[in-house]
Amino acid sequence: MKIEIITPDRKVYEGEIKSVRVPGKKGSFQVLKDHAPIISTLESGTVYIVEQDNKEVQFDIDGGVIEVRSNKIILLAEAVK
Amino acid sequence: MANLKAIRIRITSVKSTRQITSAMKMVAAAKLRKAQDKIVRLRPYANKLHEILVNLSQSLADAEIENVYSRASIPEKILIVVVTSNRGLCGAFNSNVVKEARRLVADNYYEQYKKGNVEFLAIGKKGYDTLRKMKFKIAAESNELLNDVTFEKVSALAEKVMYGFVRGDYDRVELIYNHFKNAAVQQLTTEVFLPVESKPEKGKASMPADYIYEPDKEAIVRELIPKSLKIQFYKAVLDSYVAENGARMTAMHKATDNATQMIRELTLQYNKARQAAITGQILEVVSGAEALK
Repeated sequence: MKIEIITPDRKVYEGEIKSVRVPGKKGSFQVLKDHAPIISTLESGTVYIVEQDNKEVQFDIDGGVIEVRSNKIILLAEAVK
Repeated sequence: MANLKAIRIRITSVKSTRQITSAMKMVAAAKLRKAQDKIVRLRPYANKLHEILVNLSQSLADAEIENVYSRASIPEKILIVVVTSNRGLCGAFNSNVVKEARRLVADNYYEQYKKGNVEFLAIGKKGYDTLRKMKFKIAAESNELLNDVTFEKVSALAEKVMYGFVRGDYDRVELIYNHFKNAAVQQLTTEVFLPVESKPEKGKASMPADYIYEPDKEAIVRELIPKSLKIQFYKAVLDSYVAENGARMTAMHKATDNATQMIRELTLQYNKARQAAITGQILEVVSGAEALK
């Protein structure tokens, strides 16, 4: 599945991934392949991405929103450190 | 006819002016391109946010999305945010904004102004200086913002303004800035920043998938509204910054053209004067020789 992490200043990350864990408002949750469509606001925290080759990438975000739909994830973050 | 030396000095000085204006034109063009890139990069974020917000608020009744930013009251205390530039030499860019600000105060907020309830937030030194000279009340200035326009800095300022609104320091916040149409055309824009008008937006209404909402629709909308406000603010400042460089580029282009024209005229004048001087000298020599015969 595909993910895009976008801030107002730039596109931080884009790529094919296996899974992503995000700090949801009601607690952290993980998105795997064929996840149900969801829109959730995010707290400040860390986003963990597992890439296709099992490499782990992480970003510290300062709040945001995530939209998951048919294996396409868009993560709008206000700032990424 | 002016004497040769004076004309020569003028030609030199116009030439050096032309060099400066054409250099400034190049600088403005480079800055313009960089700033335009920033706007392009902002677009995906702004569009997505807008899309989510529109889709969500359509599925909610109007009453449910009442929030702190849409408090409707008779505007008593006004804040006008004027976005200008820090530097001059960009044509009518700054004076247009100031003129519009004065018009707005005179036409819409004269009552409040008389009570001293109209305040300004100046972004850009030029607008700040002019407004201060006109004895307007300036709540704050934020000039160093324009040295490097980043979302982080602009959103911090936007937050301050929004907080002022929520706290009741202001009942209405208006934004005045130049919208970038193309390098030669700036469109003066006045928009209401706060309160948020909950206008029912038409258009693409369908949300194809059945989403899970976390925590719930209202909470998401409530969280997204300030975000989209910040984006609106950032967009305005960035837009103005792009327009400023466009205006400066055009102004400097015209100045360079004028200098070239002037040099041509001066050179012509110089040559005419030189020829006249030579003719005069020949005449003197000839008539001197004639007298000796």
